[in-house]
Amino acid sequence: MNYSDFFKMIPEASLIAILIVLFVADFATAKTEERKWFNPLASVLLLLNTFVCLYPMGTQNLFGGMYETTPAVDVMKAILSMGTFIVVVQSRVWAAKSGKEAEFYMLIVSTLLGMFTMMSAGNFLMFFLGLEMASVPLACTVAFDMYRKNSAEGAAKFILTATFSSGVMLYGISFLYGQFGTLYFADIATKMQATPLVIMGLVFFFSGLGFKISLVPFHFWTADTYQGAPTTVTGYLSVISKGAAAFTLLSILFHVFGDMMEYWHVLLMIVVVLSITIANLFAVRQNELKRFMAFSSISQAGYIMLAAIGNNWANSVAALSYYVLIYVVANMAVFTIISVVEQNNGGKTNIDDYNGFYQTNPRLSFLMTLAMFSLGGIPPFAGMFSKFFIFMSGVNGADINTTMGAWAYGVVFIALLNTVISLYYYLKIVKAMYIVRTDNPLPTFKSDCNTKFALAICMAGILLFGVCSFVYEWIAAAV
Amino acid sequence: MFDYAFLILLLPFLSAVVLGLFGMKMPRKVAGIIGTCMLGTLFVLSLYTAYHYFFYTGEYTAMGETFNVTDGRLANGTYPTVTVFNITWLKFTELLTFNIGFRLSPISVMMLIVITTVSLMVHIYSFGYMAERDENYKFEEYEHGFQRFYAYLSLFTMSMLGLVVATNIFQMYLFWELVGVCSYLLIGFYYPKHTAVHASKKAFIVTRFADLFFLIGILFFSFYVGTFNYDLSVNPGLVETLSGLAKNPHLTWVLPTALFLMFIGGAGKSAMFPLHIWLPDAMEGPTPVSALIHAATMVVAGVFQVASLLPIYVQFGAQEQLHWIAWIAAFTAFYAAAVACAQRDIKRGLAFSTISQIAYMLVALGVCFYEKEHGSFYSAEYLHHGGLGYMAAMFHLFTHAMFKALLFLCSGAIIVIIGSNFKEYMGGLHKYMPITNICFLIGCLAIAGIPPFAGFFSKDEIISACNALPGVEGQALKWIMTLVAGMTAFYMFRLYYVIFWGESYYEQDPENRRRPQEVPFVMWGPLVFLAIISITAGWIPFGHFVSANGLSYDIHIDWSIATTSIFAALIGFALATWMYAGKKQPVADALQRTFPRLHKAALNRFYIDNAWQFFTHKIVFRCFSIPIAWFDRHVIDGTFNFMAWGTQEAGESIRSWQSGDVRQYAVWFITGTVALTLVLLCLI
Repeated sequence: MNYSDFFKMIPEASLIAILIVLFVADFATAKTEERKWFNPLASVLLLLNTFVCLYPMGTQNLFGGMYETTPAVDVMKAILSMGTFIVVVQSRVWAAKSGKEAEFYMLIVSTLLGMFTMMSAGNFLMFFLGLEMASVPLACTVAFDMYRKNSAEGAAKFILTATFSSGVMLYGISFLYGQFGTLYFADIATKMQATPLVIMGLVFFFSGLGFKISLVPFHFWTADTYQGAPTTVTGYLSVISKGAAAFTLLSILFHVFGDMMEYWHVLLMIVVVLSITIANLFAVRQNELKRFMAFSSISQAGYIMLAAIGNNWANSVAALSYYVLIYVVANMAVFTIISVVEQNNGGKTNIDDYNGFYQTNPRLSFLMTLAMFSLGGIPPFAGMFSKFFIFMSGVNGADINTTMGAWAYGVVFIALLNTVISLYYYLKIVKAMYIVRTDNPLPTFKSDCNTKFALAICMAGILLFGVCSFVYEWIAAAV
Repeated sequence: MFDYAFLILLLPFLSAVVLGLFGMKMPRKVAGIIGTCMLGTLFVLSLYTAYHYFFYTGEYTAMGETFNVTDGRLANGTYPTVTVFNITWLKFTELLTFNIGFRLSPISVMMLIVITTVSLMVHIYSFGYMAERDENYKFEEYEHGFQRFYAYLSLFTMSMLGLVVATNIFQMYLFWELVGVCSYLLIGFYYPKHTAVHASKKAFIVTRFADLFFLIGILFFSFYVGTFNYDLSVNPGLVETLSGLAKNPHLTWVLPTALFLMFIGGAGKSAMFPLHIWLPDAMEGPTPVSALIHAATMVVAGVFQVASLLPIYVQFGAQEQLHWIAWIAAFTAFYAAAVACAQRDIKRGLAFSTISQIAYMLVALGVCFYEKEHGSFYSAEYLHHGGLGYMAAMFHLFTHAMFKALLFLCSGAIIVIIGSNFKEYMGGLHKYMPITNICFLIGCLAIAGIPPFAGFFSKDEIISACNALPGVEGQALKWIMTLVAGMTAFYMFRLYYVIFWGESYYEQDPENRRRPQEVPFVMWGPLVFLAIISITAGWIPFGHFVSANGLSYDIHIDWSIATTSIFAALIGFALATWMYAGKKQPVADALQRTFPRLHKAALNRFYIDNAWQFFTHKIVFRCFSIPIAWFDRHVIDGTFNFMAWGTQEAGESIRSWQSGDVRQYAVWFITGTVALTLVLLCLI
């Protein structure tokens, strides 16, 4: 065992350092009401971490193959770190009010640490360890408003379903071990063959990650948990946790199950079509905004996994990372607005509550509209470009004259049709804000500076990440 | 050497953003000054670019390519096509990429000059025009929305510049749509006015409808050719692809179809019959806008597009389409001139004159031809065999931009003083507005083609180009265009006389009517500047800078043709003088009484607008819109209602499972997993 390897896990080491700093800072200072520096400290540390993730480490293989880094992983880690930074920035008021500010940041950073470990794993055990490291603190954050029934219920459902899915996944991993006698990704990849046992292993493993990404039919927990969790946590769940799991799934499918591409292409096609379509149909009827965003996120998860239907790793991973990046800024914008509205109006999160929002809060409604446009994929906002690249990577290498190729085109076409439906429900919110007249709209309020800052970052992302093509080019070149 | 070129696009963009976002927070005057200063910088940059492009001696590099030039020319005597930058913006496939770039060719440099000159004049002039004045024409305050006005102008300038420096057809299309949007915004600038709103909608819908064909043309082109590039001189591979396509017996239709579809887009922007209907209405916008967008720059986008694609037209079997263009344009020229003869609204009269003059340019492009024995488009012989029209069209574009902007700005000055667009309220203004009078007269002389004013030279080249086209077709076009030249002189001098001479509206009742007076310097300054250009532009050795193949070409006046056209112009002039110069206009009134129907038809633009109205309301709405609306209401809404119903039902049933029963989630989870496993196992 070579201990110097620890220092080569730079993103993880940096996160551990952040945890220690936060812990010491929390421990060493009195817990008075006035700890205004705590949120900026956590934010700055996470921002620094984003840049640390970008430190070029190339491809390395540590701890005898247990831990691997590639440029693609680094890019994704940077994106997620940036997303967490936004989450932390916008959470200040809520976290301070809860009285457990430091705990919240530490929990968030530890989930991120778990995700990083999961993404860099080179062995199924390491992967599993990372997954659980992410899941357990996440459940704590879902239950963060512990005296609110919804929050506790959401957390309970989350942890129970998570346990169940972990069980199924471990079962699948044990099949793989039974077949190959090893759990190292690289070893399995060389021995890969499509026996029934391996197929069962694949699907069981897939369902475990499908749960994290909340793909249909592993999505049932999503709506309850998203609704119950504090809004900030919902935002975190919907982008960061989802992005990390999606990336890991893509990476393992390509690198471990690369020889079984046809099988998991079929698997993904079914799941993607189901996710996008069913989630869209549910979202159309939702009136609770957080539940609505839960279904929207299930459908977006379907779009994210569309990248894996292509057969070119570089294209798929670039499209996926880019999509997650855009999704992070757009979705965080939405959740930041939901959160600030909720805080200022005694927890109102129904779409009807937003009726006439434009009359009282024109700026926030405008930002919300832009975010919705981006989620719906209207040009020239970033969402349109990310969808474009996802579709491109989905049909990459697909020959329309073969059955599989035709299916790939079919799936992309269905996804395209669903974009229209998604536009319908995203615009429902815009309609509520701008068009529906009401006598008592939400009162005008002033948002705090952290919210403004977070929204400014998100808006810059929505407006610029798409039009400035070098963002995608940079990701595509880096991976 | 042209490294600063990105500024030419960036500066107006920045100023549009700054004025658009923060304009309302700054005083109106400051906003105007920011916009104008930016444009002044741009004007200087364009002049500097043009100077270096045409006169530099030495070596320079751009995008890794080295150009060794003497007086701007390469060793083979042509001006280089310099790509200053070309950024891949969107990669569709490895070959088909959407680039945003900046390319200098003789015509794009010329367009830079045209756009920035007119735009700068309009920026300055608007300080006077866009102001509220009291009874005695004393300045009170800049108009409401002054900042917005300058923001739009900046955005328009950026878009138009982006269009002319496009490195590929898709970039051209992008900026093409942007100028359309700017035009829409500026026509509807006085949005409380109903007519302005209708006009802006009409302009946008008509041009957008035409642009649809442009887009389809681009899609055809890119699908079969595999690239958006169109410039043969810098894309050697393109020539092979295109000739392969032209030789393939199954695909010979592709290029002509694609090009003609693109032309329809151009015809929409350049207001060719029958898509011209939006331009006269576009005069609802502020007059400086009419001068900039609807006379000098945007409306010639179609001409610029055809000129850019001309090498492909002539070399790869789209000769037939060029002839169609020539005939469409010739008809438009005649039609618009006829309508212009009967307009009461001076701006509309000028608008029809613009249509007619743009048609001249397209006729000139349409009579370009290509004979195989003379080698490629870029060979030395081409210039004298079929390539003359290209130079003539560009020359006319240049001179027309100057004198038409001048005429519009003059009419704006008159409108500011009179407060109306109608000729009945004018008359006898020469006493009160001497500077405007002289400038307008210069504009009229230039457009009528009286030597030595600018229009004479360019128009003469166009008629010579028609004459060079072999066969009856060329002769027919030549005579039509000569006839239109006569009509041009007639309607322009008619306008001139009814505005500046004849019986003065003020003098009929001096007690109750405002006494007209000369406009302030900020308005007549630009007029004088443009008038000077209109006098001198004809003497520029234009063929030296812009010609079909880039070689220097000495413009020589073909006196047999020149005499005819001068003669035609003089007849027009004489007729107008005879009919309109006096205080009363007995001849005109008598004609109007004798041919009341013809006059009414001309006044109503020969009912083309009504025909479109009929076509859209009675045919399109009845045959397409109503069935589509039915389909929408019943089938689409029905589908969605059904889906919503289904969703609700499904949601209801699932709700019972989701009532907190986590065991049910687990059941679904494992059922899903097993079902997926079974599906995959079936694949083995």
